[in-house]
Amino acid sequence: MRWGWPTQTRRALAAVAVIAILSACSTGEPAPPSGSMVPGDAAVMAGTTGDLPANAPNRFGFGREASESRIALWDIDVRPDGEGLPAGSGTVAQGREVYALQCVACHGPTGTEGPNDRLVGTEPWTDYPSGRAIGNYWPYATTLYDYIRKAMPQLTPGTLSDDEVYAVIAYLLYLNEIVPEDAVMNAETLPAVQMPARDRFVVDDRTGGVGPIR
Amino acid sequence: MDSSSKLSRRAWITTASGVVAAGLIRTQTDAVRLDAQEAPPPDPTKVPGRFVSPVGRRAPAEQPERLLRTQALSSSSRTPLHELMGTITPSDLHFERHHAGIPDIRLEAHELLVHGMVERPMVFTMADLMRYPRVSRIRFLECSANGGGVYRRERMPTEVTVQAIDGLLSTSEWTGVPLSTILREVGVRDGASWILAEGSDSAVMSRSVPLELLDEALLAYGQNGEMIRPEQGYPLRLFIPGLEGNTNVKWLRRIEITDRPTHSRDETSRYTDPLGDGTARQFSLVMDAKSVITFPSYPFVLPEEGWWEIRGLAWSGRGRITQVDVSTDGGRSWTPAELQGPVFSKSTVRFRHVFEWNGRDTLLLSRATDETGYVQPTVQQLWEARGPQTSYHQNHQRAWKIARTGEVTFGLGELV
Repeated sequence: MRWGWPTQTRRALAAVAVIAILSACSTGEPAPPSGSMVPGDAAVMAGTTGDLPANAPNRFGFGREASESRIALWDIDVRPDGEGLPAGSGTVAQGREVYALQCVACHGPTGTEGPNDRLVGTEPWTDYPSGRAIGNYWPYATTLYDYIRKAMPQLTPGTLSDDEVYAVIAYLLYLNEIVPEDAVMNAETLPAVQMPARDRFVVDDRTGGVGPIR
Repeated sequence: MDSSSKLSRRAWITTASGVVAAGLIRTQTDAVRLDAQEAPPPDPTKVPGRFVSPVGRRAPAEQPERLLRTQALSSSSRTPLHELMGTITPSDLHFERHHAGIPDIRLEAHELLVHGMVERPMVFTMADLMRYPRVSRIRFLECSANGGGVYRRERMPTEVTVQAIDGLLSTSEWTGVPLSTILREVGVRDGASWILAEGSDSAVMSRSVPLELLDEALLAYGQNGEMIRPEQGYPLRLFIPGLEGNTNVKWLRRIEITDRPTHSRDETSRYTDPLGDGTARQFSLVMDAKSVITFPSYPFVLPEEGWWEIRGLAWSGRGRITQVDVSTDGGRSWTPAELQGPVFSKSTVRFRHVFEWNGRDTLLLSRATDETGYVQPTVQQLWEARGPQTSYHQNHQRAWKIARTGEVTFGLGELV
């Protein structure tokens, strides 16, 4: 024993340790391994492992109801089915101007030179993609809207107008040979764009356990 | 008044009220200067010591540091695993990965919006969240890009530290309100199956996670006994034990309950794993079992033959580590290492194994097994499964070579 506790206390501790192991099993916290445990460790591990106290009410009521306007202000993500896309539109020609003004410094004249991420890549791949460009790796065109509206340009994020975002996406899709030069992007056309890498992605089949390594 | 002058004034007041011989008075500022610039006295018993201080500091000779990749908005820094002991990572050495820098956020101004497929969309202040019943759990956090530098056969390094290879791993005691408590509060509607978690960094970084993987998730505001650090998400981050680091969204401002993933940039263009057959794995979220030897490792040198203790860390995102085996002969034979309890689920465990080094070339390996029975694979097994150039989740066995000179280098190149 590390501590000079009375024998009765030691017995109590040992009992706590047993309860700890049993209750640990029932609360999802795995039982401690046998071996180098000391009673103190077991007692410490007993603790409370559940998420809520036994006497917790159904609801605490802390926080306040979110207003529609508050949700609208922050709920700006865009999904592949087009949910979340705003009104507005943009053309390839307009996008070329936005790109020249806002993007070229980090992504290069043709979207391939960097210094930051390569945006343009049209070569098909059989084993691994060379770079993870929009044209050869991005599965959904809507992700461009979700990302560019929030995160770009890097030093002045969130400053492009809805039309400018549509326009620069049209231009990027054109550079990646996915849409023609007269394409117009809006809430209807963008989700309809079929990305070359759409069917490249597979579900995670790793499961742990003793089966084959995946 | 800056902090140093405040300190020295406080120290002066303390000393002035006591009976202290002139010349022996040392203000806190003096002490700082002594620590920084002067060698310790030859006999510390013959010199009065320093006074108490509001915030402690490391011994001047002990200055472990994170390893920085680049100075950029999107960058990372790595934990000095070879300089640490036990399992808890000092908070100021916890690895970093930011996608748009570290935002400065006022505690009083920060709010969390929870909405979507819920009965009651709600906004919580930090005071609201911190009033809910609180839990603390010791858990690891690892970036799924960890170890990517030692995967490709043609680029296998030798003079590289465990920090540079695997330093995107840290362990803390995380404190917060269980996500399940907040989901109960807002009332998740039938049919909901995913969440979107979004940060308030300037990338507004967001990730989708299936509800079924969120049973143990915390809305964390505490780390190792204090408020979470700015680079770890102050004042609030999602913490999902066992899942890849990027899903643990920092500076968390919004959770939307949905019935499908959003397919954000960081779960499509990034954090997906090409498998070598023209496909790529998506939502590969769980961190599989892994172990690393932290001693001996580069750049340590064993000065002499004899008994040495191999030390390392093992962890699994699928539960508890049940065994770590160590090999001192390049994987021909294996011996179970000692595990330092208590062994927590989805946390690092320290393993140890003493061996007698005979002064010859020696190749050390470690191999973790978790409670699912999963055994940390060899790099050849991962090549077989995912091809020779995959990205992320490279949890294969690492090796360290002790040369006859006692110099230790990364040794996986000896086995491939």
